[in-house]
Amino acid sequence: MSGIEVTGPKIMFEIPILGGITITETVVWSWCIIGVVFLLCLVLTHKLEKVPVKKTQQIAEKLVITMDSLVESSMGKNHMGYVPYIMALFTMSLFGSLISLLGLRPVTADINTTMSWAILTFLLIQFNGIKNKGIKGYLKGFVEPIPLLLPINIISEFSTPLSMGFRHFGNIAAGTIITSLVYGALAGLSSMVFGGLQIPVFQAGLPAVLSLYFDLFTAGLQAFIFCMLTMVFIANNDS
Amino acid sequence: MERAIILAASAIGAGLAMIAGIGPGIGQGYAAGKAAEAVGRQPEAQGTILRTMLIGCGVAESTGIYGLVVALLLLFANPLIGLL
Repeated sequence: MSGIEVTGPKIMFEIPILGGITITETVVWSWCIIGVVFLLCLVLTHKLEKVPVKKTQQIAEKLVITMDSLVESSMGKNHMGYVPYIMALFTMSLFGSLISLLGLRPVTADINTTMSWAILTFLLIQFNGIKNKGIKGYLKGFVEPIPLLLPINIISEFSTPLSMGFRHFGNIAAGTIITSLVYGALAGLSSMVFGGLQIPVFQAGLPAVLSLYFDLFTAGLQAFIFCMLTMVFIANNDS
Repeated sequence: MERAIILAASAIGAGLAMIAGIGPGIGQGYAAGKAAEAVGRQPEAQGTILRTMLIGCGVAESTGIYGLVVALLLLFANPLIGLL
């Protein structure tokens, strides 16, 4: 109709090995974000000094201290080794959603991205459970309080990464779809008012507000929730 | 004909799936109300309360998101048409 289309990520090119590996937008933008974050890390930690005088080092220290205190308050002091993982997850998720401000397709609006993060978290949860309780105690946890609950325990264990991945994907994808639908409707309205002329008048105000909510607020909130749930679930498997 | 029936039923099904939005709506409103009460009682703990509420809302949202995923599947990646 008026140029609205809701599709998955477009295929950009194909690597002709193993029967053709398709490279989608998601993969390309993910690697771009990885590069940007890497450059950001290099700039922020360039020439560290004992007493920070430069702005960049102060920003870097502030970020690290904030994440340290967040992990310590929600996971406890004995889990400080998870700080890099949580920080990486948060940065990647935040940048991956905020990329939609540049008009690109958000990386997190692809279920493959969020599901792979959720599976990583799932593996860490199980690893932490085995490490803290031992193989025997870990397996025994599945038949508690009564052995009859074994299937339900297993299902609940697997539903954790499922719900985490779907939540993040659903929020960002819904934002993308709603924004594009509203944008298309407003474009149709202005072309109707001006008798077929494509003068973008009505598209000026409302999409900005929507973008403020869906792109900025939801992106930050979902990154935060994903990291918080990761921390809570990993630390939950302690005792 | 069969295709038309499947498309119509999918559209209706997508609409019905989004009824799942009622539950999270009630739950999140309840959580926000309780959080407001808690802040009124203990204004100095506002940061912690806000954080806890946001996590709770995020978890409560997941059933609604399941409904959304089903609706999206039915609308944009319909698996039923392939069965014809």
